[in-house]
Amino acid sequence: MTTGAATIPDVLVSTDWVAQHLTDTSIRIVEVDVDTAAFDQGHVPNAIAWNWTTELCDTLVRDIIPRDKFEALMAKSGIGNNTTVILYGDNNNWFAAWALWQMKVYGHQDVRIMNGGRKKWLAEGRELATTTTTPAAASYKAHGPDLSIRAFLPEVQDAVKGGKAALVDVRSPAEFTGEILAPPGLPETCQRGGHIPGAKSIPWGKACNEDGTFKSVDDLRALYGGVGVTSDRPVIAYCRIGERSSHTWFVLKHLLGYPDVKNYDGSWTEWGNLVGAPVEKP
Amino acid sequence: MKAEEFTRRQQELSGWPIVVETYRAGDTFYCTVSSEDPGARFARGQGPSRDDAERVALEKAERWLGQTRRFRS
Repeated sequence: MTTGAATIPDVLVSTDWVAQHLTDTSIRIVEVDVDTAAFDQGHVPNAIAWNWTTELCDTLVRDIIPRDKFEALMAKSGIGNNTTVILYGDNNNWFAAWALWQMKVYGHQDVRIMNGGRKKWLAEGRELATTTTTPAAASYKAHGPDLSIRAFLPEVQDAVKGGKAALVDVRSPAEFTGEILAPPGLPETCQRGGHIPGAKSIPWGKACNEDGTFKSVDDLRALYGGVGVTSDRPVIAYCRIGERSSHTWFVLKHLLGYPDVKNYDGSWTEWGNLVGAPVEKP
Repeated sequence: MKAEEFTRRQQELSGWPIVVETYRAGDTFYCTVSSEDPGARFARGQGPSRDDAERVALEKAERWLGQTRRFRS
C-alpha cells in the first residue's frame, strides 16, 4: 500500500485542512518566503509573516536566530509553547522548512507544514487576504538548542574523512558539478564550485510533485534508499545556505522517520569559501 | 479576494530554463519567475494586465540571469 506523505498529520497538513482552520484560535499560520515581499501580494487569511533575512537569522554574526530573539519572535507572533504552528511559503516551502527546523532546534512541539505551500494555495484559487493580522502577544519559553539536528563544520569534515555520516547535497546538478556557483539569477556567494567529497547528489526538488506537495512515503524511501541514504546511518544534508537542506532534513527526519539527520546550515557558502577545503568535481 | 487565472509555464530565457507563474488578485496581476532547476524564485512583477506583470518580471529575470556565469570543466 502506498502511504501518501499528505497523511502524516502531526507534521504535514493539506491546504484543505488549513482552509477549514482559518479561524481556529489554537493555531497560528505563518508564511515564510524566499521573496519576502510575496506576503503583501495576498496571503492565507489570518496568517502572519516572518522575514527570514531579519527574523530567522542572527543579523550580526552568521548563525540562526539566538534563543532570546526566538522567544521574542514567538511571543510577538502570539505563539505559546502549546500553540499549533502551520508554516507555508513560496518555492515549495523552502523557508517554511527552514523555520520549522529552527523551531525544532528550540524545542517547539507542534509545528507543521502546509503541503504544497503558497503555490498550491494560489493554484487552487483559495481566499487571499491583504490585511495584516496583529496577534495578541503570548508568553514563550524555548528549550535547547537541540544540536542533534544541526551539523557544524567539524562534523562534516569528519564525514569526509571516512566518518559514519552520509552527506547529501540537495542543490541542483549544475551546482553539484560546479557548472554554476548559485541558482540561476541569484547572487554567487562562494569562491569555488563543486561539492563536498563523497556527497551524494539528491536535489531537494526530487522529493516534490509538480504541485509542490511531497511525494509519497514509498517514493521518498526509494529516492533516498536507492543511493544508499538509509535510516541505519547518520545523514547530514547541505545546500547553499541551509534552507533547501532543511527541506530535505524535514523529509528524512519527519516524513521518513530517519533517527539521525542533521542540517548543515553552513552549507556550500561555508565549505566553498574555506581555504584549503577539499572540493570534488564533478 | 481569491487568486484567479493562475497559469504556469516553462520557457527558456537567456539560455536558462525558467518557470513563469502568474495570477490575478483583485485588479492586479502578479508574476513570478523561477529557475526551473533548482526552482528558486528570483524575479517578480505586477501590473494591471497579465502582459504587463509578465513583461516586468521577465525584464528583471533577464537582467539577473545575465549575471549568472557558467563554468565548463
